[in-house]
Amino acid sequence: MSLARADLIALLPLIVAAASVVVVMLVAAFCRQPRAALLFTLLGLALAFATLPLAAEVAPRAVTPLVIIDRYALFYMGLVFAATFAVALLCYGYFGGAAGRHEALYVLLLAAALGAAVLVASSHFASFFLGLELLSVALFALIAYPTRARHPLEAGIKYLILAGLSSALLLFGMALIYAHLGTMQFAKIGASLAAGGYDADGYLLAGLALIVSGVGFKLALVPFHMWTPDVYEGAPAPVGALVATVSKGAVLALLLRYFIAANAYRSHSITLALSLIAIASILAGNLLALLQDNVKRILAYSSIAHLGYLLVAFLAVGALAAEAVAYYLVAYFVTMLGAFAVVALLSRPGAERDADTLDDYRGLFWCRPWLAAAFTIMLLSLAGIPLTMGFVGKIYVVAAGVGASLWLLVIVLVIGSAIGLFYYLRVIAAMCAPVPADTPRVAAQLVTSPGASLTLAALTVLLVWLGAYPAPLIHVIQTAVAHLT
Amino acid sequence: MVMVALIAVLVLGGLLAWYAERWGDAGPRWIALAAVAFDLVLALWLWARAPAAIALTGKGPWLAAVALPWIPRFGISFRLGLDGLSLVMVLLASFLGLVSVAASWREIREQVGFFHFNLLWTLAGAIGVFLALDLFLFFFFWELMLVPMYFLIAIWGHENRHYASLKFFIFTQGSGLLMLVAILALVFLHREATGTFTFDYFALLHTDMAPSTAMWIMLGFFVAFAVKLPAVPFHVWLPDAHTEAPTAGSVILAGVLLKTGAYGLLRFVVPLFPDAALRFAPVAMALGAISILYGAVLAFAQTDLKRLVAYTSVSHLGFVLLGVFAWNAWALQGAVMQMIAHGISTGALFVLVGALQERMHTRDMQRMGGLWATVPRMGAIGIFFAVASLGLPGLGNFVGEFLVLLGSYRVQTTITVVAALGLITAVVYALVLVQKTFHGENRQGWRLADASAREMTTLCAMIAINVWLGLYPQPVLDAAAPAVNALQTIAAGPPQARLQ
Repeated sequence: MSLARADLIALLPLIVAAASVVVVMLVAAFCRQPRAALLFTLLGLALAFATLPLAAEVAPRAVTPLVIIDRYALFYMGLVFAATFAVALLCYGYFGGAAGRHEALYVLLLAAALGAAVLVASSHFASFFLGLELLSVALFALIAYPTRARHPLEAGIKYLILAGLSSALLLFGMALIYAHLGTMQFAKIGASLAAGGYDADGYLLAGLALIVSGVGFKLALVPFHMWTPDVYEGAPAPVGALVATVSKGAVLALLLRYFIAANAYRSHSITLALSLIAIASILAGNLLALLQDNVKRILAYSSIAHLGYLLVAFLAVGALAAEAVAYYLVAYFVTMLGAFAVVALLSRPGAERDADTLDDYRGLFWCRPWLAAAFTIMLLSLAGIPLTMGFVGKIYVVAAGVGASLWLLVIVLVIGSAIGLFYYLRVIAAMCAPVPADTPRVAAQLVTSPGASLTLAALTVLLVWLGAYPAPLIHVIQTAVAHLT
Repeated sequence: MVMVALIAVLVLGGLLAWYAERWGDAGPRWIALAAVAFDLVLALWLWARAPAAIALTGKGPWLAAVALPWIPRFGISFRLGLDGLSLVMVLLASFLGLVSVAASWREIREQVGFFHFNLLWTLAGAIGVFLALDLFLFFFFWELMLVPMYFLIAIWGHENRHYASLKFFIFTQGSGLLMLVAILALVFLHREATGTFTFDYFALLHTDMAPSTAMWIMLGFFVAFAVKLPAVPFHVWLPDAHTEAPTAGSVILAGVLLKTGAYGLLRFVVPLFPDAALRFAPVAMALGAISILYGAVLAFAQTDLKRLVAYTSVSHLGFVLLGVFAWNAWALQGAVMQMIAHGISTGALFVLVGALQERMHTRDMQRMGGLWATVPRMGAIGIFFAVASLGLPGLGNFVGEFLVLLGSYRVQTTITVVAALGLITAVVYALVLVQKTFHGENRQGWRLADASAREMTTLCAMIAINVWLGLYPQPVLDAAAPAVNALQTIAAGPPQARLQ
């Protein structure tokens, strides 16, 4: 088997991403300056992003049985690279800029992005597992990166153990399917299923169920969600953003591809189980978020609920469903990155804990109006209020659900969103409250890094612009998912 | 383009007012006043040239229309249209906008820029609701007016503002999501029948569906509008929100936001689902009658002056619900008239209560009494609007209530007879209001400044309008009649309606 020129062009985004991991590693080893490492990281990501149109010209193309480069994969790769770009900018300010010693962080960031990019392009269990592990291993280290603080270490170990367990489940599920069908390629699995599909055979059903559970851990769906609030709370804010967006988005994109290519939608037991998981995630995520006083934990539970909403679209099956998932994911990426960016901007480098209690946000509207306005817009987008991407995303998801007549799921979604308003408004109300007179204002004295501020501003503008005029993005998404179904 | 200007001026004015805060508190007030006044003038100009416009374009009752593609994927377009009904509502909204800017001139002293930003954006959302002819756009504006209203209550409200604002937001947003599901269900049904995605109001009229489906979708719309209206049993958010909101917030809530619910019933529920609405009419009319009586009884039981006024809204809007579902020319015109008159009279009462609270720092009627002697001008105005509120012949509210009762008597005799008792209960709460505050003995020894020139101008303008509505309602009826008749034709059957 040899690689043709077109194959190389198709693989270019992955090759550039992999090369920049090596380059940044060398830079970090010899130059030891965070600024240089950051610059090369951003350059690598920008280059990888720039090669996407080149690869799109030869797409769709199956390069080796492992990877398929189609517009769907390229779209999500673009999303992953852009999100990692934003996270890198946030990390620089968060870890103390030029003064903080955090060059190695960027190597891990790029490795995580590479893993996610492999994941969204994989069409084979081997590349699926490879991508997932590359992503997870980078994340363990990223979460526990501030080694002197207690919470990040705790969160890192928690994530390590549970991710290890979920990987084991995943492998076992893959093994069961492979043992039965003798192939690990998604398309061949779909083709070689007997008339009854997964449900007719205990091994296949067990295999699929194990895969779904393994993926459920990564997506933090109820009942596999226990790690999420602790990890979100413990992880440094920019890394939390990475866990919330890149890791979950890539895994969900892959799951969608697997379900379509390997015909997993035909399994009634699994779709039923996923429906129950969606209902449980929406209700549990929203109800548990009500009890939190920590902004990061609120975001964690809210992300559990949002993954539940995404599952509603996921279960609607069809072109509209794939579009809805893609649009909602973009909205979710922008919003979560923005929300964590606010937390990162408010936190002091090297502090024992981030600015994440509700008290840290009291009166923010009056001392840091721009920051508070940006956060308000992010929260309103999470709540699905007009003029934000979250609104269009919610319309998309409900449209997909209604189009597929998933009435129960849609009603649960409506109830969940109504409950969700309560805790989003709680944060907004805290920001509107008068500034507490007796407490020293940490927030007012902070000097914020220009890179992180610019990132937040860009995210906010994007959120409002694509929320008010979503047609261009919808066009891109339509071409991206057209090939898939 | 006139209609885009109506909305854009408020949106831009809001942003400008927020920005102008840095140069002092006067800037935002004048900018807001100018923006709202511009809208009022524009709406009056549209009204003045209305007959000519109808004659010129020959497009039926639409005075102006705009359609631009927005999200082609779903057949969503930025489609605005203005007929007599919308025009009357826009006039009401912009006039009450003026009133609320004037009412907050001295009451609001903190974050003046952001306050006026929220005020103008709420109005922009409400006017958008009155103009939208695309169901997605309608929902967009419907949701858009909630957030600034939430801020108005949550930041500048009274003691219990957080609870009240949260309750308001969750009730209206939750019911709004039900409406979203109903809208999408309707759109998908239409796509099944025709193969195209569209949110266009005219395209969606007369969509074929099974009676039970139509009933469910209609209920989705109805609940959202009934919460906003508010009809018993969906009214529980209202007393809290009205009571805790700043004066301007209460005026806008009662005068404009509640009307969006009534407008939705008129424009969407019955025309889109005529058969289902007809079957549902007895229930809806019964809810209307219950709202009239229940609101009045609860108003009577209040000791908080503002809460009393808030409950009268439930009672007054019950007439609108009754009139809309009676669905004949008299009842519909009565409902429109009642919407306008209630906006003016209740708005004025809220302004008055706000002025009293600003001076006395209490809304407790047990601590009031005998205020006539110290504030005679406010007392006289109070009596006028209390009497307007109870439906005295010669004033606007009487015309509305009378027409509604006249129209619905032919449809549901029993319910109308029960509802007519509301005219008596209204007398009770209106007189209690006057008696407890202005009459009796001034035990607390209040010595207050009487209404200022600004307050007198605002309130006297409202008095003039109310008297005019009561004595010569024909212009308003003339403006709304073609639109209301068109709605009836639309609901009655497809052939003629498509042409309009």
